[in-house]
Amino acid sequence: MARKFDMRPDIVQHSAQRILVLDGAMGTMIQRHALGEADFRGDRFAEHPSPLKGNNDLLALTRPDILRGIHDEYFEAGADIAETNTFSSTTIAQADYGLESAVWDLNVASAEIARASADAWTEKTPNQPRFVAGSVGPTNRTASISPDVNDPGYRAVTFGELVEAYRTQMEALMVGGVDTLLIETVFDTLNAKAALFAAEEAFDRQGRKVPIMVSGTITDASGRTLSGQTAEAFWVSMSHAPLFSIGLNCALGAEQLTPYLEALSAHADCGISAHPNAGLPNEMGEYEQGPDAMAAQLKAFLDKGLVNILGGCCGTTPAHIKAIASLVRGRSPRPLPSHPVKASS
Amino acid sequence: MSRQRPLLSLSGLEPLWVTAESNFVNVGERTNVTGSRKFLRLIREERFEEAVEVAREQVEGGAQILDVNMDEGMLDSAAYMQRFLNLIAAEPDIARIPVMIDSSKWEVIEAGLQCVQGKGVVNSISLKEGESEFLRQAGKVRKYGAAVIVMAFDEQGQADNYPRRISICERAYRLLVDQGGWDPRDIIFDPNIFPVATGMEEHRRNALDFFAATKWIRQNLPGAHVSGGVSNVSFSFRGNPVVREAMHSAFLFHAIKAGMDMGIVNPTMLTVYDDIPSALLLRVEDVLLDRRDDATERLIDFAEGLKGQTGTVAKKDDAWRNKPVEERIGHALVKGIAEHIESDVEEIFHQIGSPLKVIEGPLMDGMNVVGDLFGAGKMFLPQVVKSARVMKKAVGWLTPHLEAASEGVRQKAGKVLLATVKGDVHDIGKNIVGVVLGCNDYEVIDLGVMIPKEKILDAAIEHDVDVIGLSGLITPSLDEMVDVALEMEARGIQLPLLIGGATTSKVHTAVKIAPQCSAAVVHVNDASRAVPVVGQLLGKESKTGFIRGVAEDQQKVRTNYAKDRQRKTLLPLSEARRKAAAASENRAFDTSHCSRPQTAGNQVLKDITIADLRPVIDWAPFFRSWGLHGKYPDLLDDAVIGEEARKLKVDAEAMLDRMEAEKAVRCQAVFGIFPAGRQGDDVVLNGGETHLHFLRQQSPHGQASLADFIAPIGTPGLGTDHIGLFCVTAGHGLEEWCAPFRDDDDDYSEIMAKSLADRLAEASAEWLHREVRIQHWGYAQDEALDNAALIAEKYRGIRPAPGYPACPDHQEKNTIWELLEVEENIGVSLTESLAMWPASSVSGYYFAHPDAQYFGLGKILPDQLEDYANRRGQPHDETARWLSPVLLDRPDTPLQ
Repeated sequence: MARKFDMRPDIVQHSAQRILVLDGAMGTMIQRHALGEADFRGDRFAEHPSPLKGNNDLLALTRPDILRGIHDEYFEAGADIAETNTFSSTTIAQADYGLESAVWDLNVASAEIARASADAWTEKTPNQPRFVAGSVGPTNRTASISPDVNDPGYRAVTFGELVEAYRTQMEALMVGGVDTLLIETVFDTLNAKAALFAAEEAFDRQGRKVPIMVSGTITDASGRTLSGQTAEAFWVSMSHAPLFSIGLNCALGAEQLTPYLEALSAHADCGISAHPNAGLPNEMGEYEQGPDAMAAQLKAFLDKGLVNILGGCCGTTPAHIKAIASLVRGRSPRPLPSHPVKASS
Repeated sequence: MSRQRPLLSLSGLEPLWVTAESNFVNVGERTNVTGSRKFLRLIREERFEEAVEVAREQVEGGAQILDVNMDEGMLDSAAYMQRFLNLIAAEPDIARIPVMIDSSKWEVIEAGLQCVQGKGVVNSISLKEGESEFLRQAGKVRKYGAAVIVMAFDEQGQADNYPRRISICERAYRLLVDQGGWDPRDIIFDPNIFPVATGMEEHRRNALDFFAATKWIRQNLPGAHVSGGVSNVSFSFRGNPVVREAMHSAFLFHAIKAGMDMGIVNPTMLTVYDDIPSALLLRVEDVLLDRRDDATERLIDFAEGLKGQTGTVAKKDDAWRNKPVEERIGHALVKGIAEHIESDVEEIFHQIGSPLKVIEGPLMDGMNVVGDLFGAGKMFLPQVVKSARVMKKAVGWLTPHLEAASEGVRQKAGKVLLATVKGDVHDIGKNIVGVVLGCNDYEVIDLGVMIPKEKILDAAIEHDVDVIGLSGLITPSLDEMVDVALEMEARGIQLPLLIGGATTSKVHTAVKIAPQCSAAVVHVNDASRAVPVVGQLLGKESKTGFIRGVAEDQQKVRTNYAKDRQRKTLLPLSEARRKAAAASENRAFDTSHCSRPQTAGNQVLKDITIADLRPVIDWAPFFRSWGLHGKYPDLLDDAVIGEEARKLKVDAEAMLDRMEAEKAVRCQAVFGIFPAGRQGDDVVLNGGETHLHFLRQQSPHGQASLADFIAPIGTPGLGTDHIGLFCVTAGHGLEEWCAPFRDDDDDYSEIMAKSLADRLAEASAEWLHREVRIQHWGYAQDEALDNAALIAEKYRGIRPAPGYPACPDHQEKNTIWELLEVEENIGVSLTESLAMWPASSVSGYYFAHPDAQYFGLGKILPDQLEDYANRRGQPHDETARWLSPVLLDRPDTPLQ
């Protein structure tokens, strides 16, 4: 695929100058289109034996127009970084749909759609170059927790299987042109460690590197990840990799996220990202925190100098991103710790 | 940043920061098959549960890192390493500390690295096989994310003197930092702790050289740490714990001074340096520091006298074992301690006698505490799962007794079907519920993810399950769950339905799912609640009460939800008033219509004839009261009810003829038109003496109040606006006239007469209203409307009645009665609950404003209740009782 930019702007360099805005929810936006089974199947999967509705990642191949439209909306709202629609595009997650064989194409296509949108916007607003983050989800298997009642030592997935699945996804995302890999919604740190391991292998095989972002999820009221780690332990467990950023997303709203973000910010020697949900879901499972209310809570992150990258997760829309983009305008990013960053290979 | 950077960061479930103040990190060493014969035996015999207990003892004994070693020739070390690390990963109180993966075989180390989510330590790599293999392994360790222990070992062998120790360490350091890209803080050197007092001359300086090498490393290899296996030093004194403990402590004392900041020690085999008897300490230090040629002999002689004595062996905290058995069981469940649960359950079983009561009593109580703690954020998920496993063990012990109690035909406690609904692939929470239920003796049939409703219900029937559990994480799954409930109802399936998953909620379950089916639908907030809920749903005695309780609770939730929805949309009174004022500013109060009445004072009309009223009867309500619905007069021609309606009309007209002829009822009226002005939401009469109180809508879509139809006091260019009050009745004489029907048991005629009297009362109100408009008030002298137009309220002005939607407070009737002297003038009285007697009566206000129209007040917020009660000068509680139909939160004792 021909690229418009031979030398693409560098996301790390831009991140040092301003707070970058990550886009908002993809699922929420896709739901607005009220797609049916046929939309998900398209021609390519018309004869697929199992139901495909709800497999949002598949739209990269069957309804690319919708994804492009959503990326454009977020860029128009002021986002600097679009996330590819590849949260579940691993062989492990796609196995539920029997679509392991489509994984490479899913990732390449999703990355290309986001890339095309980003490049178009960069051309339109050269002072604000736009970037693409390859979304790498946690899969739906836990490497640290046994799903088997009788055997706490059992694991439904091994480290090696995860590495294999992640490496395939990451290579495809790189081929599709992402600027950075975003290992996100980490609920089991061992899964994320496998992803970091896979990233190095993908870099070796592709012969180049892209910056890595990691974002965990605090799921318990006790302030732990699903696999039981505190935010501090999560940082320590990820700190061996040369990260562009570490942060938190999903599960909580901005307000509830604050103490855990502070914990990360106090220790991490890389950038800090946050893309919380639009508040906590109400009793009907809906996110009803509006753009202004969310921005008001996120302002505290800026006042405390906590973040380098800010965006939205579940329930956030272009309106939320617009509010966030205007919130961060003119605000300086969190300074990186001054002590020497460890030597890199 | 001002914060001091840790010298070394490790993690299990929690971080371990080594700082300048940390002094010394001790590594638990008992989970090591090369160092503990007991542990080796447990692993060999695959007694993993006991092996895990060894790990727990280490943590409880104060280990900050757990060393795990499976290097035994006969074991598949890599497999056992993974097995054991996975097992302790499920033990939050062990997994909270970092792991040290200890092996001399690289493949075992790599297998171990693939099992730890935290940042652990590899023990160890070395230059034994040359630089390239060393760097390859180190690179892998870094990719897995661990710190590394480098043993002072090279191609020539282990460093056994000071110069080799430091040269190997320096070489390794340079390779790792300069070529391997290592953060020096993640490098830990083990400069080899060798035994002393062996009797061999070349071993005399073993400890001293270690101390010296440690000091050199700390001074010359910045950032790097020093560790070692301490128990090696006392190898010659096996079987003499007192001497060994003293040697360990003294060795550590000097090594730490030299800069050793980590060590593999048995924390339960350490004594405090200052507690070592001076005679022993002297001899131990003579050996360690090589202070005398005969140091070894002197220590051996001294040690002979101490043989057989036991060491200090630290006791772990088990004070809870002395508590009553119920508390012990609770403690074990909350802390996830499986060790004593069987003996405790046995003890309580002998007290209680029934295995079922043990489960439903103390065991369930304990699990409820677990649920509470989890809900409060004081426990986290892996701990809950651990508790469930203790529960499983307890139930396992009770199972033979349960079988005996049911005469050998022992069945599982129940069968639970679990599924993640269609369109959703999230199953982690569901799996945990499965684990917890399975641990509690339930048979779990797990259909997996993305299961269509048909398949769920087919499987439920096929497997003859007792409960269906649905799980889902994403929002669309909520709708899918509603569909499952609908499908259950359609198929007549009466199984209890459990709802769980991150976006599900008690409210959604109550409002959206439970009303769809007649089966019990229960929301289960988290995995820890699954067991008590299923237990109660299946318990013979508990079932009915539990389901009723859930249903009642859900009804409350629904009511509150509806209220909340309204409350969220209602405006504060001040805002409603502001908006109303702003709206009226846009159309300045037009004073031109404020016509003065033609007649002043109260007017009484005693001789209204039925003939006057018949043309203005509104027949539609009459037919409605007979169950014939439709638009009048179209309903007379309706294909279905037309014939019945026509017959009824004929009977009604005949009855009216009789009533008119016999003067069955006396139709009377009283009214007055009073000068009035608006003051806030009150209308003020009699120069301020009398207030009529009105309420205002608080909806965002409308903020009307009847008071708005009266010109405000002090409106420029205005004399005075007016308000009318009236009461009409068509009920006098009715009871007497109906007496013959009652005597003949002629219900039809009596009901007919009474429903016609009601119509006549309404017709009186309509008739009088027209009289007032055209004649008495006279603001519509030219009005020429037919009956249909009257009924359609095409005229100017309205006549709302207290107790009706625009002005729901019946109490205002009292004011009307006072001003019009209603009872004196036309004999209509008010009952205690402010109903009118005779019943066929109508009272209300006249508003003449051209824009005046009827509206419903809707619900009001507490702010207006308070404001209104203050205006009335009435206790709030009493006002609240009268206004209860329009309050969001109804008082406990509403009227009527």
